Amino acid sequence: MTEILFVLFAVVATGGAIGVVTGRSPVASLLFMVATLASLAGIFVLFEAHFLAAIQVLVYAGAIMVLFLFVIMLLNLGHDYRADLKFGAWFLLSLVVVGLTAGVLVQGLTGTDEAGPRGDGAAVAAALDAAVAEKGAVGVIADPLFTDYVVAFELMGLLLLVAIVAAVVLAKPRNPEAGE
Amino acid sequence: MLLDYGSSFHYVLALLPELVLAIWGMGVLLAGAYRKRDGSSGQEAGWLALAGLALAAVANGWLHSGVSEVGAAGMIAVDRFRLFANWVLILGAGLSVVISLPYVARQKLQAEEYYCLILFAVVGMMFMAAARDLMIIFLGLELMSIGVYALAGFNRRDRRSAEAGLKYFLLGAFSSGFLLFGIALVYGAAGTTNVHAVAMAVADGTAASALMVPGAALLATGFAFKVSAVPFHMWTPDVYEGAPTPVTAFMAATVKTAGFVAFLRVFLVGLEGLHGEWADVLWWISAITMVAGNVVALVQSSVKRMLAYSSIAHGGYLLVALVAANDTATSGMLFYLLVYTIMTVGAFAVVVTVGNQSEANARIEDYGGFGWRKPVLGVFMTVLLLSLAGFPGTAGFIAKYHLLLGAAESRLWTLSVILVLTTVVSYWYYLRVAWYMWMKEAPEGVDSAEPAVTPFATRLVLAASVAVIILAGVFPGAALDLAAGSAEGLRGVSEAAGSAAGP
Repeated sequence: MTEILFVLFAVVATGGAIGVVTGRSPVASLLFMVATLASLAGIFVLFEAHFLAAIQVLVYAGAIMVLFLFVIMLLNLGHDYRADLKFGAWFLLSLVVVGLTAGVLVQGLTGTDEAGPRGDGAAVAAALDAAVAEKGAVGVIADPLFTDYVVAFELMGLLLLVAIVAAVVLAKPRNPEAGE
Repeated sequence: MLLDYGSSFHYVLALLPELVLAIWGMGVLLAGAYRKRDGSSGQEAGWLALAGLALAAVANGWLHSGVSEVGAAGMIAVDRFRLFANWVLILGAGLSVVISLPYVARQKLQAEEYYCLILFAVVGMMFMAAARDLMIIFLGLELMSIGVYALAGFNRRDRRSAEAGLKYFLLGAFSSGFLLFGIALVYGAAGTTNVHAVAMAVADGTAASALMVPGAALLATGFAFKVSAVPFHMWTPDVYEGAPTPVTAFMAATVKTAGFVAFLRVFLVGLEGLHGEWADVLWWISAITMVAGNVVALVQSSVKRMLAYSSIAHGGYLLVALVAANDTATSGMLFYLLVYTIMTVGAFAVVVTVGNQSEANARIEDYGGFGWRKPVLGVFMTVLLLSLAGFPGTAGFIAKYHLLLGAAESRLWTLSVILVLTTVVSYWYYLRVAWYMWMKEAPEGVDSAEPAVTPFATRLVLAASVAVIILAGVFPGAALDLAAGSAEGLRGVSEAAGSAAGP
């Protein structure tokens, strides 16, 4: 059952991702993206990461995507039906490269089964269950986030600040006094 | 002082240069909010940013003077390798800020945002150098990249600048995806993102190589994009040409340095056990990069574009050290990065001056007679070009020589021959600029144009750069010793990993 659900979610997520790039209008691309993010949330549920799944739906598929939709509607970007993917020689070449890469990956992933991921899966799962029982589903994420990975967390904050500064610099209306 | 990360405060100490610079960057940004809009040129913000870089250098010196860590396996490395990289990054950023001062004022760019983005980008680069965890490397790389994307497109009145920003952003985001996918696969194979722990997993065979090898390939793709190795270099000439020239100097020097430092740590420490797998691929990338970069540079008519291809070619030389994967090559690479930073920023400083603090006069014909009009600058530029080409007596020669020593130690004869031959090719396009400067007449109408004014700070930077280039070309001992000591620090980690996994 889990396997079937996983394949279902994975296919929807990948198909949605392809839809985002090939979609003809920004609104369609955005809805494809919502589908992708929602199926990723489904995959998180299958991994029993319920908190992550909830956050994924609330924050990404919910709030951020709605904001995107608002912006697209407000800026009236929804009517651009000009296809910008060109199906020429380069398209065929890139298909070949993508196919080769995918082939190598598939061969690598299915060829040798004996070397599985590091660590004993059952032991890791048991330790995780114990941690969830002790700290709760949120605590299991929050605890390492603010202890072991506090540097990464703070760095993420700085990254967001820089992204905001960069966006404001590039999007600010031109200042006539500054000669712009 | 010994850091064991028993308390979170040790992270603050270990990351002191980064933290100082990040907080200072926010201060520079805030200063912009209080600046009076009375037509002040924004030079104060530049000097403020320089002060921040100086403070970060002091913090780095403090770390250098006897702070060490327990275990050499934590998320943040406090080793000589990182500190040497920090010196190079701070130096490159400082030089770029100095040559930006008149440019930003003349172009009326938003000074505070400009300098704060430079500072934040340097913080990201320093995190890349410090990180012993793939996650931190990725975050540092993104921090650096987002800052540089915005800087490349900073001059919004210039269409080419906007094009450079957009092009860099789209391709850079795409390559970040490759890097992230590679990190995910390595995590899947090794069960950890810690570079040191990945090395242990590879050494004792518990890492699934079926995932590890594609992961390493994708990591190499992501890093190769950032260091603009052929065939992932397509963005470089357009972005370097379109971006404001001081930003181009900043990108060519520091982004490449940060990319190579992280590339080296991940591949020489984390994936050392897979050297047989990735060395062949990087061998070819290195060879193609050296040949293509140098050959295409031959036919460029814009000096800025020629320097872009030259920076691609230098990336190829540096990749030789990565393929060689020994201590000599690593220290040679560190020394090369230091020298490369100085001479690249120096060369771009002259390009900015010839362009009158704008994007004008970038064709090679515009350099005609420049040496006679500005003899001092002409001599400086000639020395810098000779050093870029690797002429004996300059630091560029010593740097190339040590790369070759490293390559010889690993018996990379063919690659060494390619390095020497392409260096000979590079003499043509570097010396062509010098030939135009001294042997050609000035282009028509240059006398009526406004004279190339060299601000005092730029002159100072150029004089210091040239002095260091010549000094390090004749007496390279001190810098080489420092680089050699820094390379040992890195090697110690991978040997510890090997011996821990051995018995």
